[in-house]
Amino acid sequence: MAQTTTSEHNHDAHAGHGHHEHGFSHPMPIWMLLSVFFALLFLTGLTVFQAQFDLGNAEIWASLTIATIKAALVILFFMHLLWDKPLNAIVILGSLIFVALFLGFTLMDAEGYRENLIYNSTIEASQPVVVPVDPITGAAVPAVAAP
Amino acid sequence: MSVVDRPITAPVHSEVDSYPEHHFLNHSKGFLSWALTLDHKRIGLMYLVGVMSSFALGGAFALMIRIHLWNFKDGWLSNQTYNQVFTLHGAIMVFLFIIPSVPAALGNFLLPVMLGTKDVAFPRLNLSSFYLWVTGLILFLTALSVTGLDTGWTFYTPYSIETQQGGAVLAATFGVFVLGFSSIFTGLNFIVTINTMRPPGMTWFRMPLFLWAIYATSIIQVLATPVLGITVLLLSAERLLGIGIFDPKLNGDPVTFQHFFWFYSHPAVYIMILPAMGIISELMSVHCHKGIFGYRMIAYSSIAIALFGFLVWGHHMFTSGMADVTTIVFSALTFTVSIPSAIKVFNWLGTMYQGTVSLNTPMLYALAFIFLFTIGGLTGLPLGALSTDMHFHDTYFVVAHFHYVMMGGTLVAFLGGVFHWWPKMTGRMFNDKLGIVSAIIVFVGFNLTFLPQFVLGSRGMPRRYATYLPEFQPLHQLSTIGSITLGSGLLLALIVLLMSLVNGKKAPRNPWGGATLEWMCSSPPPHDNFSSAPTVGDPYDFSNIEYDGRVGGYVKRT
Amino acid sequence: MTAIQENLAHVVDDHADHHHEHPSWLAHHFDDAEQQYDSGKLGMWLFLVTEVLFFSGMFCAYALYRNRNPEVFEFCSSFLNEKLGAINTGVLLFSSLTMAWAVRAAQLRQHQLLVGMLGATLGCAAIFLGVKAVEYSHKMEIGLLPGKLYVAQLDGAHGPHKGYLEFICTVPAIVTALCAFYAIYAFATKSLFHQRVAGPMLVAGLCFFGGVGLGQYLEAQEEASKGHGGHAAGHEHHAMVDGHVDHGSHEHAAAPESVHAAETKTAAEIAASAATAMGGTPNVYVSPTELKTPNADVNQRSMAGLFFSIYYCMTGVHAIHIIGGMIVITWLIVKAAREEFHEQYFGPVDNVGLYWHLVDFIWIYLFPLLYLIT
Repeated sequence: MAQTTTSEHNHDAHAGHGHHEHGFSHPMPIWMLLSVFFALLFLTGLTVFQAQFDLGNAEIWASLTIATIKAALVILFFMHLLWDKPLNAIVILGSLIFVALFLGFTLMDAEGYRENLIYNSTIEASQPVVVPVDPITGAAVPAVAAP
Repeated sequence: MSVVDRPITAPVHSEVDSYPEHHFLNHSKGFLSWALTLDHKRIGLMYLVGVMSSFALGGAFALMIRIHLWNFKDGWLSNQTYNQVFTLHGAIMVFLFIIPSVPAALGNFLLPVMLGTKDVAFPRLNLSSFYLWVTGLILFLTALSVTGLDTGWTFYTPYSIETQQGGAVLAATFGVFVLGFSSIFTGLNFIVTINTMRPPGMTWFRMPLFLWAIYATSIIQVLATPVLGITVLLLSAERLLGIGIFDPKLNGDPVTFQHFFWFYSHPAVYIMILPAMGIISELMSVHCHKGIFGYRMIAYSSIAIALFGFLVWGHHMFTSGMADVTTIVFSALTFTVSIPSAIKVFNWLGTMYQGTVSLNTPMLYALAFIFLFTIGGLTGLPLGALSTDMHFHDTYFVVAHFHYVMMGGTLVAFLGGVFHWWPKMTGRMFNDKLGIVSAIIVFVGFNLTFLPQFVLGSRGMPRRYATYLPEFQPLHQLSTIGSITLGSGLLLALIVLLMSLVNGKKAPRNPWGGATLEWMCSSPPPHDNFSSAPTVGDPYDFSNIEYDGRVGGYVKRT
Repeated sequence: MTAIQENLAHVVDDHADHHHEHPSWLAHHFDDAEQQYDSGKLGMWLFLVTEVLFFSGMFCAYALYRNRNPEVFEFCSSFLNEKLGAINTGVLLFSSLTMAWAVRAAQLRQHQLLVGMLGATLGCAAIFLGVKAVEYSHKMEIGLLPGKLYVAQLDGAHGPHKGYLEFICTVPAIVTALCAFYAIYAFATKSLFHQRVAGPMLVAGLCFFGGVGLGQYLEAQEEASKGHGGHAAGHEHHAMVDGHVDHGSHEHAAAPESVHAAETKTAAEIAASAATAMGGTPNVYVSPTELKTPNADVNQRSMAGLFFSIYYCMTGVHAIHIIGGMIVITWLIVKAAREEFHEQYFGPVDNVGLYWHLVDFIWIYLFPLLYLIT
């Protein structure tokens, strides 16, 4: 056990002189970890606080902006992407492009055929399952009709 | 990451070629030495056996379909069985055969050897990926034997929610989920290996084009497959709990299911074809004994196909109720992806021009690929065009088109690759004459099977129907005859390969005259691939590679 | 004790002459420690890419249906206890802090601290799951289930206490009991290694039940505050109930409070407080006029049920990732207790850390999207 402590002590001292001798390991300073954590806590409080106001359509954008700032803090500092190889940053940011592509096209399309959707808006409380009905024939049809 | 460019030095390997005493096949013995192996070459071989068995299974289903369609009605299968047979044919061929065929079987074997490393970056992940594949196979066999899946390989909702074969749908969707992770792990492994483990001298542009193709494939596997994972997971939840996200009865949106599904499954088409294109790039230059024409363009076009492949999935859904504006956008984008594919075909032809073409088995398969893939690619254009697709959608035209690309393309290239690297993998030469016969039979049988289907489709024969109008019967019968021819050609190819294990000549180090690294190590390669660090040169420089009658193969002149 | 010393000596040894031969922590196919580290790290980032795309499917479904039926999301979100959500966010953020600190400890060979930090992360994960268990079970009790299982709140009748929480807690209870046995074994054998492993595991197991207790307490508090009209959402609900008294088909929407209070008491005997946010205001019904929506009725399977499908899918898959993370963190604790990590070999801690931060990252978006819709 004594040996362990000595070893730890040695390496702590070693780290104090600078990380360069460790090669690829870059320990994050404690003050940075803590300040990122408190910033995240603050932003969580902020998002809960702003949710109390009715901002209408802006509400989702406000909360998403705060969430994105938090996510950026986590990625840049806790995941130390700021000090990482550029390739890793490209990899993760590139994935967001594909997410945007996926969501963008799918939602664009869903918005486009929305007018063709058929909902049954007269639902009885005793029968909560919706069966979309063709307005002309009265037959049950899928919720989405071909154009 | 060491990408230091090193001057080309004299070859490390001796000129005297002999069958190695110690190689990866006899490195260790016993069942467990294979079942628990971390050696990428053994894993690749296990995959090879696995995907070929799945292909045999899927092929048997295909023959059942064709025989059923001999008569326009009263085929030998009931309609319900027919639905199950074509579903399982599609699902097994796509998920168990084509997707893992080239990357997981040939890619696993070749990637580290071509790259000059000892193994892939994560050997344990590689093995687990194989066992995930096996799990997926078991789940599919469960779906097959318990009730029989009848949704089509696409699992479209709402039918997949409502079908009576619920157990089969669940087993198959779990199977697809597991297979998806198998595919992801393979792709992830390859990307990391190529990025971080290239030996000194192996720069990006000294990589064989097969590796560029595998790299592009891996990008798609990592980016697209997770979406399939969540899709089938949600579909399972739909079946188990009725969550309603895709169920129109609960105001869910079945078109969204198709978006989810094709966001994966269209890029997956490029998972299937890109590595096949990589094989053809290798085969073309080696068997024409001439440097590849337009190396960089082929390399870039692989990456371009991978990225463009993500922009076009909507062309599978033109008749599904998509918004008009989306159909137009997707139709326009679809044509972009044909450009890099055409670049590749052009470059392969450019490679052949003034080359010394050896018409052996791998080369014949490669030539068949170019012919069939070009037909497949060109018939894709009317399917990508919005107006014509309205007519062709869900007809035999589509069936013929994707069989030309998937089977005429990927399967033929896979066979070409297997013949090409068979001496390297097993250390045995196969009977080239019989191999040539098999290639010709496959080529003829394939065209006989699927050319009539273009005609059938354009005349309005819908796909997935168990019966049809009497006037289609002659073409259907032609197609059935073709499929039997095709099947016998494939059987002959298998016999040729298996015979070589029994009585094949011992293979030299470099039987075809390749210049890539895998031909620099013995056939079969030693356990650690290279006894000393390989010398990396231009992978398509054939100027100092000569035939040496003493060893029955090619050697590098010093 | 001896084992650890030997191991340490071994590591130091390796460190001294790792240029000459492959040390045990360096896989044979890598040239050096940095190549191994870079490969692992790139592999983990790629895995995170797959995770991001995996979750993107559910975010897509969320965006689609929220865009289509915003009033449903607004209605359903008021059933989620945002206090619990916020606390869970804080707990996860804290676990991210300890995880990042653990990486630092691994790099600096602070072995004790490393075990402690990993243990703290594990404990936070357990608290998160405990709170989540309370949230889930309370929603299930009152029929807020996904899709076709959704029981409409129209009649306000929720059946007898079904014991979902006890059911969910069974497995954690067994695991905690096993951890306790392991801890007894570790202390009996006086093995430092086993003590270092068993300690955090037992604490984490207990943390789960701490989380359950916390969740129960806050749910009860929420209910109380709603009862006094002290909470904004509570006001809203009461307004809805009041506004709805005249609705024809739901006379017992105005059922005597005492009946429900009695129900609540019996339930409380079994799980500290089975009363929920809904328990206090069981007759929530949003009349269409109040929400000014084109769809007449959001409170049905095809509307609210769809929201809860998305809610359970997103948070459920997230919770599965938390459980997966707990398993790998336990594996790290074992390795850390053997003092295997040092400045040349901390890749596993770093990579599990990346995974853990991603799980946190997802929650950072889930929390406002699900809990904070107004």
